[in-house]
Amino acid sequence: MPSFPEAAHDAVRNETLRGNLRHATHTIRDKRAVAVSELDDWAQLREAGMRIKDQTLRHLDRHLVQLEKSVTAAGGTVHWAADADEANRIVADLVKATGESEVVKVKSMATQEIGLNEALEAEGIRAYETDLAELIVQLGEDRPSHILVPAIHRNRGEIRDIFAREMSEWGRPAPEGLTDSPADLAEAARLHLREKFLRAKVGVSGANFMVAETGTLVVVESEGNGRMCLTLPETLISVVGIEKIVPTWRDLEVFLQTLPRSSTAERMNPYTSMWTGTTDGDGPKTFHLVLLDNGRTDALADEVGRQALRCIRCSACLNVCPVYERAGGHAYGSVYPGPIGAILTPQLRGTASEIDASLPYASSLCGACYDVCPVAIDIPEVLVHLRERVADQGGKGHRLEKAAVKAASWVLDHPSVLAAGERLASATRTLHPKRLPGPGARQWTESRDLPEMPAEPFRDWWKKNRS
Amino acid sequence: MTPQHPSSRDRILARVRDAVAGAPDAPEVARDYLTSHHPDDPAALLDLLHENLADYRAVVHRASETALPALIARLLAEHGAKSVAVPSGLPASWPATTDAEQRPDDGTLTPYALDATDAVVTGCALAIAETGTLVLDAGPGQGRRALSLVPDLHICVVRAADQIVASVPQAMQRLDPRRPLTWISGPSATSDIELDRVEGVHGPRTLVVILVVD
Ligand code: SF4
Repeated sequence: MPSFPEAAHDAVRNETLRGNLRHATHTIRDKRAVAVSELDDWAQLREAGMRIKDQTLRHLDRHLVQLEKSVTAAGGTVHWAADADEANRIVADLVKATGESEVVKVKSMATQEIGLNEALEAEGIRAYETDLAELIVQLGEDRPSHILVPAIHRNRGEIRDIFAREMSEWGRPAPEGLTDSPADLAEAARLHLREKFLRAKVGVSGANFMVAETGTLVVVESEGNGRMCLTLPETLISVVGIEKIVPTWRDLEVFLQTLPRSSTAERMNPYTSMWTGTTDGDGPKTFHLVLLDNGRTDALADEVGRQALRCIRCSACLNVCPVYERAGGHAYGSVYPGPIGAILTPQLRGTASEIDASLPYASSLCGACYDVCPVAIDIPEVLVHLRERVADQGGKGHRLEKAAVKAASWVLDHPSVLAAGERLASATRTLHPKRLPGPGARQWTESRDLPEMPAEPFRDWWKKNRS
Repeated sequence: MTPQHPSSRDRILARVRDAVAGAPDAPEVARDYLTSHHPDDPAALLDLLHENLADYRAVVHRASETALPALIARLLAEHGAKSVAVPSGLPASWPATTDAEQRPDDGTLTPYALDATDAVVTGCALAIAETGTLVLDAGPGQGRRALSLVPDLHICVVRAADQIVASVPQAMQRLDPRRPLTWISGPSATSDIELDRVEGVHGPRTLVVILVVD
């Protein structure tokens, strides 16, 4: 996988992509500010969300054991997967045991993270993504580029062409004379996917939350494809990262207020489904929960970095990030793009590869991501911390160091990225006063002194000092 | 409890314990956020619910209990619904005067049968005014979750007198997590195509809410 600047290179030159990204991120960001301002107690909710997650992580073992007990008592079966391979094998075996060779899927970052669709394909099982954007991505043989709007990089003309060309390969073809109006495109997707929902015997999902106390799983969505996958099939398999737990039922009252407003800027998302094990005569008869580690315990072991596990995947940090806005989601080389991806991916996967080593440098450290985060993850703090880790593992001239230098240079060579960063950075200066260039920078600038920021515009300083 | 992979269970739990060993205890959670953002005034909450439902493109009507059957019949007719799913426990008077064929949910309606049904009428467990949300908990008159999902028109009846709460925290207190819960805020929608909001990708394309006021 190419390092961040190489991957970002094409994105910044693709004007359509940049236009789409700018439009999307600015629209959501402005709407979000309005939705948040409706709640006078936003600061308290944010603080409570942070504390709940910190409590969860501090006693994660206890909560996991309690969750297992509650889910089992409610008629579900719990499986534990240490890594991606194990999770994929568990799911493939469960599907095979039903005798089916097709599953319908709700968009889930955990299953993308482990490459479940590809793993199932290798076992002769076809997984249909049912989220509209995921469908666009899957039909376009593409990768998602945003947590919330994975097809943010495609405009309506491109979507029409993909539907007209590809739908017939996978099932019901697109209607004759399909136009590029969003209503027509949505209708084509409705017809194409309904055929699959109605015959589906196995559904696969992730979950936004799991309640340890009650064994309840929660899926938050807009389109209803989630509800279809969660209720129509006979068997439901949910693959969920171990950090998605909240201790009590009541804790949901915090996140069901902060998540929709932070992500889609709505007071509430159109559909939220909650289920506890199985219920006679309502929904799947068999429910499996696969608890996924896959690097999460490594992140948990890092005192500074573990706060990334608080993330509720709202994507607010993507929409305010000047680097993401120009580089696009693909540049981050994992399913977690933007600021959260820059700190989560190198923790989940380690920093041994060039892309992972470059990610902590794919940021101007402006702090806007921290300001919007509904669980107050100090992303700049973790970025700086990870830079130190990358720097420590490679000496001068090291391959990883070069990736890091390149990523930092990339940010610094895109003046509008950094200008936005610096403006905001001065507003949040007290949060990260002396560490802007970061300890990692020390390793390749050796004896040079780092200036206080921004006594001299960092860009100019870099230009003078980098060679 | 985990017959297939007991070793991974133990390994993950051990890794979790190692990871946080010696970490200071996390501070207690302060619950100093508001339990509601609006004064407890039933008339004002009814108006707020009405406004927020409409804002999310639900079609909202108000009716008295006695006018309800006629209104339901008229709405079904106006939407051209020839068949309507009826959850068990729905007051028999509600759909009594409609010409649409009634399909009681006796558990035998397959997904295909539901897909061939034009509409569904349900009650709800409660409605949240601040967010414009209907909550169904599969109680009497609400039916299983698929029922309010597959037919293209959903008519949901809310009793203003005792089913409206102000906020999400108030709703959580009243709900039973052991029941399957469906929260509905406006009809199904997507913003995946250039962020234009389009109603009805998969769920009912039309959501009609009747607020019963006496
Ligand atoms: S890091 Fe914070 S802002 Fe970013 S996706 Fe996670 S919760 Fe949202």
